[in-house]
Amino acid sequence: MPNKYSLMGTVAGLALLSGLTSAQAEEITIATVNNGDMIIMQELSPIWEKETGNTINWVVLEENVLRQRVTTDIATGGGQYDVMTIGSYEAPIWGRQDWLTPLNDLPGFDYDDLIPTVAANLSADDTLYAVPFYAESSFTLYRKDLFEKAGLTMPDQPTWEQIREFAAKLTDKPNEVYGLCLRGKPGWGENLFVFGTMVNTFGGRWFDEDWNATIDTPEWKAALDYYLDVMTKYGPPGATSNGFNENQTLFQTGKCAMWIDATSAAGRVFDPTQSDVADKVAFTASPVATVPKGNSAFWAWALAVPASSQKQDVAKEFISWATSADYVALVGKEKGWVAVPPGTRLSTYKNPDYIAAAPFAATTLDAIQSADPNDATAQPVPYAGIQYVSIPEFQGIGTTVGQNISAALSGSMTAEQALQSSQRSAEREIRRAGYGN
Amino acid sequence: MARAVTPQRKALNTAIAAIVGALIFFPIFWTVLTSFKTEAQAIADPPVWFAFDWTLENYTAVNQRSDYLLHFWNSVVISVGSTLLGLVIAVPAAWAMAFVPGRRTKDILMWMLSTKMLPSVGVLVPIYLLFRQLGLLDTRTGLVIVLTLINLPIIIWMLYTYFREIPGEILEAARMDGANLREEVVHVLLPMAVPGMASTVLLNIILAWNEAFWTLNLTAAKAAPLTAFIASYSSPEGLFYAKLSAASTMAIAPILIMGWFSQKQLVRGLTFGAVK
Repeated sequence: MPNKYSLMGTVAGLALLSGLTSAQAEEITIATVNNGDMIIMQELSPIWEKETGNTINWVVLEENVLRQRVTTDIATGGGQYDVMTIGSYEAPIWGRQDWLTPLNDLPGFDYDDLIPTVAANLSADDTLYAVPFYAESSFTLYRKDLFEKAGLTMPDQPTWEQIREFAAKLTDKPNEVYGLCLRGKPGWGENLFVFGTMVNTFGGRWFDEDWNATIDTPEWKAALDYYLDVMTKYGPPGATSNGFNENQTLFQTGKCAMWIDATSAAGRVFDPTQSDVADKVAFTASPVATVPKGNSAFWAWALAVPASSQKQDVAKEFISWATSADYVALVGKEKGWVAVPPGTRLSTYKNPDYIAAAPFAATTLDAIQSADPNDATAQPVPYAGIQYVSIPEFQGIGTTVGQNISAALSGSMTAEQALQSSQRSAEREIRRAGYGN
Repeated sequence: MARAVTPQRKALNTAIAAIVGALIFFPIFWTVLTSFKTEAQAIADPPVWFAFDWTLENYTAVNQRSDYLLHFWNSVVISVGSTLLGLVIAVPAAWAMAFVPGRRTKDILMWMLSTKMLPSVGVLVPIYLLFRQLGLLDTRTGLVIVLTLINLPIIIWMLYTYFREIPGEILEAARMDGANLREEVVHVLLPMAVPGMASTVLLNIILAWNEAFWTLNLTAAKAAPLTAFIASYSSPEGLFYAKLSAASTMAIAPILIMGWFSQKQLVRGLTFGAVK
């Protein structure tokens, strides 16, 4: 084992040296998730390394592992990472805790080109804490061939009631075609991703202005009754184990007539090497019920610099590069325009190459631009967020509520029991955390 | 007296054993098979068995994206290192407990085992802070220490059980012949405990190789073993099963091969003292 003090001495010496020669090449560590867009970033990063002389250590982890890993590090000031890939849920919360370095002042960075709702979702108190790498919303994917065959027309802005009627007509269980696929797997990032938007558009909210939980209300009941009804009658069997991937598989193999989920699915279901239905897919906005807002979910993966990083300047330099319009163009050139990271820059959606390659571009942009975390509910709320509530306690509350919704879908709880149990759990958590006092 | 084993009964037992064996082995078999499929074939419904275009593309992709040898070497250092360090502490401890037990020996043994009952995540933050202070985060040294501590109760328990089977009179005889304590342990006790030692070593290497909580949470880029290598190929978005299977196959292959070669030792050691 190396002598700790001599090691520290060496490190201190090196730090002093690097301070004297500011152009010294640095080694930074970047933690990221194993999603397609990030893998491309990793593949293209040698270009940045060559330009700057710096080197990157990549730590790629599955989303849940990454979340646990970087949360431990940032909460204890571990300083293991110089750049972290975090979500729009974490960015404002961690920013307020002073765990992240503000990123309002990246030199030469075109902030005006960022889609305003995306930047808003990653900011706290007007300070941007993470720069969006890609963003997604939710929309309705459907099979135009099945609609034509049944003589149906999908409106530009469907209602959930219309979706129910379509699903009833399109379900063909003997041939394993299900009218509607929605996530059923429990979790705040799983079934609540879509169910959370349903609550908004059915008129519900998580908390009133005094932080009283409002889950046992008629609006939540209406949303849940609807969800249970369509999923039981027109959904695929075993839906409680279906998350994004499972539904994508069902849709791509022709087993779903409609699928309401993340816009990032578009690139894959339109890819003929992955999808049996690539030439039969169409898309439209996410459905609404009684309230015409909060119906599109929002999620962004963004790059942030932890306050504990010792190499913040190099980290910021990397983030500027990886989130720039030039990077988008680089991906377009190297990997094809359909593969560029979506949902972050207005310039991407003005680019004729991208519009030609991605027929879903306009729908995605509309959905993302309408995803305002500060105006997603009919009644006033004390929190920001669309399908989640932007407070640290929501991970626990959302997990429990997701489990209850899933239990109602599997039939082990009634809708009333699921909502009452969720209400009690939310009340308890929020009281314990001291909100509204 | 044991019941007479009829041929029918023997055939039935063999059949049940074969079925159980096949059930246990099936996930590994399926992982290996999936690693040779394309991503689309990997999720095909109904599943494809053998009639697909066998491809090595997943292995190529995994090797391009990750440094397998680095992770492999980290796994070897961590699992072997923690086992050896564990033995250095456990042999004297087990010797003392087996041959010179005190009034509280049983209690100490139980107390050691009770540390295994605490959920690891409960001590993650304190250990993380300690590691940060000591500069042990993302180092192999740190992981060797943590895995040693985690597996130490098992090593001591196993060695204690094996040592207890060895008659104390033999050690006494060695002492009568003038052997000092070190000679007694090294030349008399350990040679007699070889089957037990071997299975302890093997079991601990396997446990350390598969340990996926601490090895993921205390490492970043430099000391990350094969568990982190696998974790980098799972994803909640997109198709990844074939590549994940390829990564898993590469991660479990070394330990699987080691297990095959040493299964005789392993079984003998684990059933040592079972028939009495």
